[in-house]
Amino acid sequence: MDEIRLKIKRQDGPDELPYWEEFAVPYGPKMNVVMCLQAIQNDPVTVEGLPTTPVVWECSCLEEVCGSCTMIVNGKVRQSCSALVDQLEQPITLEPMTKFPVVRDLRVDRSKMFEALKEAGAWVTVDGYFDLGPGPRMAPADQQKAYHFSRCMVCGCCCEACPQYNSRSPFMGAFVMGQAFMFNTHPIGALEKEKRLDALMGVGGLGDCSNAQNCEKACPKNIPLTEAIARLGWDTTIHMIRKFLR
Amino acid sequence: MAKPRIIVVGGGLSGLMSALKAAEKGADVSIFSVVPVRRSHSVCAQGGINAALNTKGEGDSVEAHTYDTVYGGDFLAHQSVVKKMCVAAPGLIYMFDRMGVMFNRTKEGLLDLRLFGGVKKRRTCFSGATTGQQLMYALDEQIRRHEAAGAVRKFENFEFASLMIDGEGVCRGITATDKDTMETRAFAADAVIMCTGGFNHVYGTCTNSTHCTGYAATEVYKRGAFFANPEFVQFHPTAIPGTDKCRLISEAARGEGGRVWVPRDGKPWYFLEEWYPAYGNTVPRDIAARAIWKVVKEMKLGVDGEDIVYLDLTHLDHEALAERLEGILELYEKFVGDDPRKVPMKVFPAVHYSMGGIWVDGDHRTSMKGLFAAGECDYQYHGANRLGANSLLSAIYSGTVAGPAAVEYAKGLTKTADALPASLLEEEKGRQDDINKKFIGMDGPENPHLLKQELSKWLTDHATIVRFNKNLKELDAKISEIKERFARSKISDTGGFANDEIFFMRTLENQFDLARLIVLGALGREESRGSHYKPETPKRDDEKWLCVTKCEYSPEGPKFDYSEKVEILDIKPVARRYDVAH
Repeated sequence: MDEIRLKIKRQDGPDELPYWEEFAVPYGPKMNVVMCLQAIQNDPVTVEGLPTTPVVWECSCLEEVCGSCTMIVNGKVRQSCSALVDQLEQPITLEPMTKFPVVRDLRVDRSKMFEALKEAGAWVTVDGYFDLGPGPRMAPADQQKAYHFSRCMVCGCCCEACPQYNSRSPFMGAFVMGQAFMFNTHPIGALEKEKRLDALMGVGGLGDCSNAQNCEKACPKNIPLTEAIARLGWDTTIHMIRKFLR
Repeated sequence: MAKPRIIVVGGGLSGLMSALKAAEKGADVSIFSVVPVRRSHSVCAQGGINAALNTKGEGDSVEAHTYDTVYGGDFLAHQSVVKKMCVAAPGLIYMFDRMGVMFNRTKEGLLDLRLFGGVKKRRTCFSGATTGQQLMYALDEQIRRHEAAGAVRKFENFEFASLMIDGEGVCRGITATDKDTMETRAFAADAVIMCTGGFNHVYGTCTNSTHCTGYAATEVYKRGAFFANPEFVQFHPTAIPGTDKCRLISEAARGEGGRVWVPRDGKPWYFLEEWYPAYGNTVPRDIAARAIWKVVKEMKLGVDGEDIVYLDLTHLDHEALAERLEGILELYEKFVGDDPRKVPMKVFPAVHYSMGGIWVDGDHRTSMKGLFAAGECDYQYHGANRLGANSLLSAIYSGTVAGPAAVEYAKGLTKTADALPASLLEEEKGRQDDINKKFIGMDGPENPHLLKQELSKWLTDHATIVRFNKNLKELDAKISEIKERFARSKISDTGGFANDEIFFMRTLENQFDLARLIVLGALGREESRGSHYKPETPKRDDEKWLCVTKCEYSPEGPKFDYSEKVEILDIKPVARRYDVAH
């Protein structure tokens, strides 16, 4: 193999119509999809030999910790930096995620994910940014469990894979459940547990999850999202009964 | 009186910490970031963050942390600021613990500590092998809380373009470009804090994220702020070699017992353990990187004759590895395809961290009034070589200093941002629009992306671990030649929407100035110290060179000044050795 063939879905702007272009870039060992896009950037010519504009996409860390370069590679949503060419069938098709508005080419606007984190109160409310002495102790087992959730990059894979997550539905996304669960686990975060449960009982919360469980399979960090959803379901039920009895 | 208006450029750890502290002191804060802040380069820091918590019965102390940092930096760091940082460290860790960072715990539920390079005591708090990511997320969440309350504004996907400077040379705000609409706007402020990270991408392949280009730091230098110590660039000894990026394998791997070796006479040769018996595999990065260089380049003992050494974890307990190093094991497995629990990892040194940067004083004021800098883009704390797990600390600590200092400065202003003449904003915006127009119109024969590759290759070949004066001179001439060719290059996208090529062109233009700073800084410093090693002058020379390399921009090239002596308090410079305990 001396060249890599790619088929890329392009779109010049948010209101433009998408179109496909094919490219061939020189093969190198251990190449990933980002490197193919960089090669196109260096020499933006289609497979027909026609000059075109470089493909626009987001990337940053190139080691799957920032979540920037998420896109659909051969039909599967994932980070393109860790999509190794040797493991992919060709032509490699690249498409932008479908659950978020396209900005240009493979770049999408995921800001609604960050807005959802605001809705859910996904933070620990601290008194201030100064030294108040040591925080609470925590069992290593609890830390290990919560740590899995703390690796969420807010990349959007769980949203892309979810049948309930789309522009017509208010569902906030499985990642929000993971984050809410994590903050509810933390000794100080738990002080605002009820506030978060209230948010998750509202519009776009747990009630809008259809339990398809695609989220966990799509998560690049194997975050146990379905477990978080199940636990939060139980917690909200108890919370509701408590509220009723109050 | 209206709230002081503070602009923070950069949304990594130092930027968000500056912003939170400034907001806490009553400022109206706007954060500008080239990426959604959660995706900043701080997420790439793996191994941990140092603080003398002394919970291992090893008698650790703030004094020991200060000493190790100064000694590890080969005595080039100003000592009072290092001490202040080390004093603050435990309180900062506790603060992050309260914010919900999932630090690893001991059986008693305390924060666990591990060993890192250049120290003898366990001092590094960690969250698996993704500590930077966890700290970054904690601040991202806190900023979101402030945003929800209306106290902080974020401008994400905005590229910093330039500073807005009034007739008296005072910084009065910035211009920035929306990466989607490509509209450049001027934003007035009472003070600006630069938190724009390291500049290592000028070398091309390195451990950094793609946006760590040094554009912003170079831009403020070109507008008059002093730069300092550009010649001190850190090589991390253990990264996975690559052509798009060298992916970092944390020093924590060695802190947890990983061993570095190459095959010699059919047997593993643990050269770090042999050469540095007191510290072994956890010697500081400059020492480890040079040792690997010697073994591979001079003794020709690289694995299979290649630029490779082994980093071996195969003898370590799998459960402990999973709890403490999972992130890097996954990374290696994903990108290389081998399981590091079963086969030794193949690694080599790579450009990793810029010790040098924008010159600042102890309060993180730059040489320009109204302009502050914090984090990797400044030059404080690390001297000639940074110790592992001190970068997360300095990023955060410097933010806690710069934020309040900027507010204090702003409160003392008689002329505030609201009173600035509209012409000042319009002029600077106009200047930036003209620059963008110039780039859009470029239609020459040269390909700028290939020129960038050429620049990076030359830098990597001649301004890295071992530096020769002859090569540096040749390199400087080459930079000027490539820069001239750049003037005859062609932009590959002339569109007016989400055009990344314009930012690429602007960045490359500044990288020529940045590259010259590094090269001429290295050429000028006639000694070897920390990461800066010249075989022609292989010894440290405290008599002549215990001073800051201070650089001032001029169109003809940087002007260097060496009159600022390094501040020495209690820690007198001694020979720096790691073969014996100090």
